Amino acid sequence: MKFGVVRFPGSCDEIDALLACRRFGDAELLWHKDRDLGGVDAVVVPGGFSYGDYLRAGAIARFSPLMEAVIDFARSGGPVLGICNGFQVLCEAGLLPGALLPNRSLRFVCRQVDVVVENPDTAFTRACEKGDLLSVPVKHMGGRYYAPGILEEQVVLRYAPGQNPNGAQDDIAGVCNAEGNVLGLMPHPEHAVNPLTGSADGGRLFESVAMPEATGSAGRAGFGIVPAG
Amino acid sequence: MSGSATARHRELGLTDAEYEGICDRLGREPNPLELAVFSLMWSEHCAYKHSKKLLRELPTDGPYVLMGPGENAGVVDVGDGLAVAFKVESHNHPSAVEPFQGAATGVGGILRDVFAVGARPIAVLDSLRFGELDSPRSRYLFEWAVKGIGQYGNSVGVPTVGGEVYFEAAYEQNCLVNAMCVGIAPRERLIRSAAAGTGNQVVLLGARTGRDGIGGASVLASAELSEEDASKRPSVQIGDPFEESKLIECCLELLELGALSSLQDLGAAGLSSSSSEMAAKGRVGIDIDVSRVPLRESDMEPFEIMISESQERMLGVVEPERLDELLEVCERWDVRATPVGSVTDTRRLRVFDGDEQLADVPVTALVDDCPLYDLEPERPEEPLYPEPPRRLARSAGGEETLLALLGSPNVASKRFAYEQYDSIVGSRTARRPQVADAAVLMLARDGGSGALAVSIDGNGRRVACDPYTGAAEAVLECARNLACVGAEPLGLTNCLNFGNPEKPHIAWQLTRAVAGLRDACLALGVPIVGGNVSLYNEGGGGPIYPTPIVGMVGKLPDPAGAPRLGFAEEGHALALVGPFTPALEGSELEKLRGGLADGLPRVDLQEQADALLKLRATVREGGLPTVHDVSEGGLACALAECCIAGGLGARVARVAASEAELFGEGPGGVLIAGPRDAVEAVEGARVIGVVGGGALEIAEVLSIPVERLRAVYEGAIPAALAA
Repeated sequence: MKFGVVRFPGSCDEIDALLACRRFGDAELLWHKDRDLGGVDAVVVPGGFSYGDYLRAGAIARFSPLMEAVIDFARSGGPVLGICNGFQVLCEAGLLPGALLPNRSLRFVCRQVDVVVENPDTAFTRACEKGDLLSVPVKHMGGRYYAPGILEEQVVLRYAPGQNPNGAQDDIAGVCNAEGNVLGLMPHPEHAVNPLTGSADGGRLFESVAMPEATGSAGRAGFGIVPAG
Repeated sequence: MSGSATARHRELGLTDAEYEGICDRLGREPNPLELAVFSLMWSEHCAYKHSKKLLRELPTDGPYVLMGPGENAGVVDVGDGLAVAFKVESHNHPSAVEPFQGAATGVGGILRDVFAVGARPIAVLDSLRFGELDSPRSRYLFEWAVKGIGQYGNSVGVPTVGGEVYFEAAYEQNCLVNAMCVGIAPRERLIRSAAAGTGNQVVLLGARTGRDGIGGASVLASAELSEEDASKRPSVQIGDPFEESKLIECCLELLELGALSSLQDLGAAGLSSSSSEMAAKGRVGIDIDVSRVPLRESDMEPFEIMISESQERMLGVVEPERLDELLEVCERWDVRATPVGSVTDTRRLRVFDGDEQLADVPVTALVDDCPLYDLEPERPEEPLYPEPPRRLARSAGGEETLLALLGSPNVASKRFAYEQYDSIVGSRTARRPQVADAAVLMLARDGGSGALAVSIDGNGRRVACDPYTGAAEAVLECARNLACVGAEPLGLTNCLNFGNPEKPHIAWQLTRAVAGLRDACLALGVPIVGGNVSLYNEGGGGPIYPTPIVGMVGKLPDPAGAPRLGFAEEGHALALVGPFTPALEGSELEKLRGGLADGLPRVDLQEQADALLKLRATVREGGLPTVHDVSEGGLACALAECCIAGGLGARVARVAASEAELFGEGPGGVLIAGPRDAVEAVEGARVIGVVGGGALEIAEVLSIPVERLRAVYEGAIPAALAA
């Protein structure tokens, strides 16, 4: 199992994501100017402020050479995880529905929150059960998810009641595409892989994609289809 | 001396005597470009002309010191081949004029100081001072300075892990924004700023040069603020954290490859100061060709190019045969790199525009020859500051007093600020803000090589009461915060924020405060490895409180064992340790009652230092999940903070014969809690109660539910801002 972690100029959490992935498999950085994913089995688009995010979060990164390859990879069923800025990039790229608006407070927020697993049938939540509570941090300026008409099946993670940090629609913290192989979320699972830094719950997402397919809940009849990478 | 020239040098902040000194050193009158460069290099901000003699008294040597004052940042050895670089610096006047960009570029500047020595920035802390929050101006400055710090630190991917904020009327016109950065490096990657090697290329890295920040060091940083400061807004630099993040990666990669022979950031006075300081340290000369400097605006004058304070720029020296390699790395990171000059053996800074020579100045004249002034300290006969307005009646009971203190913005939770900062990026943060007395950052990310503890402290009101003792207490407070997580202090950085040193009473504050810093450092055996002086902090309302800010970095063996400040478990015993004789003088309670003492109780520095050694040893033995020092608001507030953080109450015996013991302040007191055996085994521990229940109860004084304490503590600053 090899993860590829995208590195844009202005990415901030790519090393954190790389270290998190390495707890569950091999992992390497993918350079934004390359057009080749180097044979990785899963792609993580990490947090940060890609290309400065001066226009609109993710709006420039979406056009990087590497993203063309990521888009092809996702469309062919490869597992792709977008975290925070990565979520924004995947929305901009049209791989996920909806958009991320500025936080209702109009302030950056860094806070540990609980999220509820709503859909365990995706490439990145197979190691979870529906209703599992994960403690993970959020840290963002534009995390207010907005997607009128989104299907309930596509809601993968919700902020626990009363913990919505940004005013997101229906407390949505993470969503997947219709096929279940692309997940975007505002919380940072890569910052929740070590009890020493606060929590290890986020590791379940990386574990999900790294575990043999039959052992996860994706083996069960469900909404998500998880093709091999 | 010509009439027009004299008028010009005064406009630029030089005295007539200084102007004559320049003429003497050149053997002629300076041309306008040379004069502009001198005016900046001889400004207080660059030359420390009123503080340099005083700073020589400070101890700078220690067993762990690798680089001391004079380099871009101080560096200490943390073992395992690793070094830690750190420094605190002020960005006060820019922030008073434009808080968002002022604070943001303060962070940007201190990051560059740290990666200029080859260290990867891993943490930012900040120390902020504003007027009272019932002033709209103070609310505006506070909100936007916090936003600015957050925007820069968050975007550049360096966590902001700690800090402190105080609100006092003395900062109403002149807020303080001090930013500290901590970085780590393999020892062999460290680099100095001294230029060397005649014929080597001087390369400008990073952003284009624009007109922002022209004359910032002299216009903003070396004179008192006045009513017309809005007109100085063009002197404030604009930050671009995206450019900085690329610059960090690019410079660190160049250093990893060994492609640079020296590196220096461009700060105050821009290209002028960076080139002349590099040349002075290396005892060489540098030629700069301004026609090669990439510009944001094509019609810039050579003097503007030389003194522009445009952000996100570094100056590197590279051997000609490694230039291509350097350019290749820069290209990969999309970082602009332009050879703009060369190292010479002339020991002169020469500025060219193509073939035309525009300036020719000995570098020693610029860097080392600025006249230094003796202070003329004089103890004031009358109080320098008005007493604060009374906010709490003397007759208030224990409950009312505790709630008033917890709700005072100086004591209340700073969640409003720290939640706007990414405190976790980098995966090193083992203790986040408001979790322990110091932030804890793992060296290796598995915690295997131990961890750093960092803290930044300084209570200006106490220094106003007593400059010597107040400054010494700032050092003790910082060291105590480190000891509370089991860390040994390795080095200290300070930022001296004072008023106009040409005034005898300010000179007295400065002199006494530096003596206090020195004595406390000597008692603790902690060297000062770098820092910054910010003088002329005076607005229309008079001088700020004298505010020496102390930042300290320590090491602890095991991050998992670092205590938190919150109570951990029902039934834990609660005790007070340390030499603690609290008094109301200089306390937050005294302020709420409308008082400002003249003088603080004497502190026995050696006793305090010994106690910190013991505390550190106690903490390192393990077994104490809760350790919290007693500071603003006294013992009662410290207890309340332990309750709020742990979500647990406590029953405390009537410890206090006097209100000073409950609400008074002073160094040395530390609360510990844990299993009874562990607590009772601590030498000198005075057991005062037990953890448990849903309220903080102090026998015969008060009983307040923890949720009520929390509501007041967490709600105070948001409520004040919503006003």
